[in-house]
Amino acid sequence: MFAYYLDLAIRSLKRNPVLTFLMVLAIAVGIGASMTTLTVMHILSGDPLPGRSANIYYPQVDATPADWHNKNPLDMLDYRSAVDLWSAHRADRQALIVDSSVKVRAPEANLPPLMLTMLSTTSDFFPMFNVPFEYGSGWTPADDENRARVAIISGNLNDRLFGGKNSVGKTLRLKDSNVRIVGVLKPWRPSPQFYTVVAGNYANGDTAGFYGKPEDVFVPFQTGLEVNDGAFQQFTCWGMPSTPGHLQNSPCVWVSLWVELEGAAKVASYRDFIASYAQQQKALGRFTKTDTRMLDLMGWLDYNHVLPSDVKLQTWLAFAFLAICLFNTVGLLLAKFLRRAGEIGVRRALGASRRTVLAQCLTEAGLIGFIGGVAGWLLTLVGLWLVRSQKMPYSDLVHLDVAMFVATFALAVAVSLLAGALPALRASRVAPALQLKTL
Amino acid sequence: MEIQPILAALRKHKIPTALIVLEIALACAVLCNAVFMIGQRLGEIHLSNAIDESGVSVLDVRGLDPEAMAADVPRDLAALRGIPGVTAAAAFNSLPLTNNGWNSDVATGPGKLFEKNAPNVMMYMFTESGDKALGLQLLKGRFFTATEYADSKLGGSYLPSGHVVLVTPSLAGRLWPGQPALGKQIWIGDDLHYTVVGIVGNVLRPSENGQGLSGFYHSLFFPISPGPNISNYVVRSAPADRDRVLRDGVRKTEALLPNAVVKGKTFTEIRDKYFADSRSMVWMLVLVCVVMLAVTAFGIVGLTSFWVGQRRRQIGIRRAVGATRAHILQYFQTENFLLSTAGVAIGMLLAFGINLYLMQHYQMLRMPWYYLPASAIALWLLGQLAVLGPALRASNVPPVVATRGG
Repeated sequence: MFAYYLDLAIRSLKRNPVLTFLMVLAIAVGIGASMTTLTVMHILSGDPLPGRSANIYYPQVDATPADWHNKNPLDMLDYRSAVDLWSAHRADRQALIVDSSVKVRAPEANLPPLMLTMLSTTSDFFPMFNVPFEYGSGWTPADDENRARVAIISGNLNDRLFGGKNSVGKTLRLKDSNVRIVGVLKPWRPSPQFYTVVAGNYANGDTAGFYGKPEDVFVPFQTGLEVNDGAFQQFTCWGMPSTPGHLQNSPCVWVSLWVELEGAAKVASYRDFIASYAQQQKALGRFTKTDTRMLDLMGWLDYNHVLPSDVKLQTWLAFAFLAICLFNTVGLLLAKFLRRAGEIGVRRALGASRRTVLAQCLTEAGLIGFIGGVAGWLLTLVGLWLVRSQKMPYSDLVHLDVAMFVATFALAVAVSLLAGALPALRASRVAPALQLKTL
Repeated sequence: MEIQPILAALRKHKIPTALIVLEIALACAVLCNAVFMIGQRLGEIHLSNAIDESGVSVLDVRGLDPEAMAADVPRDLAALRGIPGVTAAAAFNSLPLTNNGWNSDVATGPGKLFEKNAPNVMMYMFTESGDKALGLQLLKGRFFTATEYADSKLGGSYLPSGHVVLVTPSLAGRLWPGQPALGKQIWIGDDLHYTVVGIVGNVLRPSENGQGLSGFYHSLFFPISPGPNISNYVVRSAPADRDRVLRDGVRKTEALLPNAVVKGKTFTEIRDKYFADSRSMVWMLVLVCVVMLAVTAFGIVGLTSFWVGQRRRQIGIRRAVGATRAHILQYFQTENFLLSTAGVAIGMLLAFGINLYLMQHYQMLRMPWYYLPASAIALWLLGQLAVLGPALRASNVPPVVATRGG
């Protein structure tokens, strides 16, 4: 029976090829636009550390003077608070981080110097954030203590400097100091680059920059501060730093701390710990405020509104557009089915039940939806290709994953059924007697 | 034209009528907001900037030895001035739209820095003849003297040790509303103060920096002698020479500073890069609007065609009993006008609501009222154009159809 309905549907669609084309096109364009934007949104709003993000926290204390106009603790920490909290080692894992721009050369590779971003961090960074290694491994806590002259480089930099070969043990020149490479990372592209996300509240929704690539060079925290002294940038200051780029004793915030805490008990006790630290610092006269805050990773991303507002707007727009396409198709199908009311009346009079008429109309609507869905899927691929060809920081991340592939088809089926159901129902209610009379 | 029979006919097709009205309403709402957004973005992309944008090239020099810069920078600039076609060259700490902000809160008196309304400003610093290299436009007062350049060094706190400054009219109006700014003092903290010696045309900051468009021109200019962190070489030439000058400049600088990392860009490229996101958003919005209007138009064409086909017999009867072709044409045009009117009426309400939502959640401004009637007229015209084809076909239905069965 289905084959017969399909045959009828194809005949009917062929009878008005232009109209069929328009309906298919409307569904395809609607699905293409909404799935492209939805895929981008899905990729940008995902969990950068699946399964672990709930245990990762961002502790904050407030070292600003009493008359400084901030409501919450600032987005980063001053050096002393950060190092105090870190060296207490009260969490399962803890990592200090600060970015700086550094001149990099490889004495063994004959290339012009590069200006790269370097992350100064502590040994827990790599296990805490599941950073994958191609060669070698992270440095040890002893290296943190001893300010060891070691470095880990990204796979990308390894390709550029050493042609992708195992470069562990080779020397890298950072500004004016030599460091020994102890590890090379596999391609690693967290989305967003969550651990450096700050200041989202001042970005006015223009947060595409949070989706950039991770640093190319990683060194122990104190090593980085020594090697690249003078190149560090403050996030905010409430007084004048005395030496540009050297911020250890400055009235500035410029360092972040991430901690890993497993279980509610540990989280609660760490909250107590930072609260008591703030109290103690106030008693010592270094703090004037005792506000603290500790959001988990997703909470911190949310607080910073990481999803660019353009992406959200585009998604809204695309779905409004899909709705227009849907209204359009429903209207056209309805008109088309009802124009055949006479034909349907004859079929009903000859014994076809409402259900068979419904099935026949749904087959036709479903066929349009199916062709539209396939075309929409192709248009989604074209749309994603267009997004990739843009020079957005996140362009290279955009791809159609399995979930979105399935979602595209689900949407296509849902749209075609939605578009077909109403007209088909209406057509199946045609009263045979009335139609026959007008013939 | 009688409206009653049209309404009666539409009442018989409630669902298609409702759908087409909804489609027009949604199209109207999206069109209003999308066009408004396009206008806003284009306004940002074309923000004025009182420098010689088409003649300026920038060499971003990094990885220099800070100790040697006091000697290296004047030598490099002299070499750059030697390139044929270069009219001026100077070193800057940062440039407009490069996202490299040197921001500070400033006040009009000592100790007012922590006040909540202290404006946040960009501090540009440049070496001698920087005003010519960038093409600053002097509105009042004067540029800096040679002694002022020599006396001003970048102190430990990223602030110049001189005592003079240039302001933009936008910042002057914010600091001293309604008063002349020349001769006034700008304070940073309790110790550092600078006398305003000149007012220059509004220059954009390195980034909007969360200040909104009103703070985008809050810029200060300080004289500075060559030294650490003043490492953006700005070279000015005629627009026609610019690309060659930039190439030669990069080559010369690289030869002089073999250990440095030199990146050359024209200011046009800097501006394009800064607004790339906005530009791709504009294209996306334009594309959506065009396709959306096309889909709506085809929807109207399709639906009206069906109605014409369905009513061939009725049209024939009307023609047979004396209706002229113009009457039939008018019938479908009026019908479409009624549908469009209902659509844009709902659409304008919807557009207003969407605008309110966007204002709350996406820092959108209030849409000026005239966007509503403008997009209503656009959809009316679109509807009339779309209906013309099927309506003409209807008017060509011969009266003889009435006599035939079926």
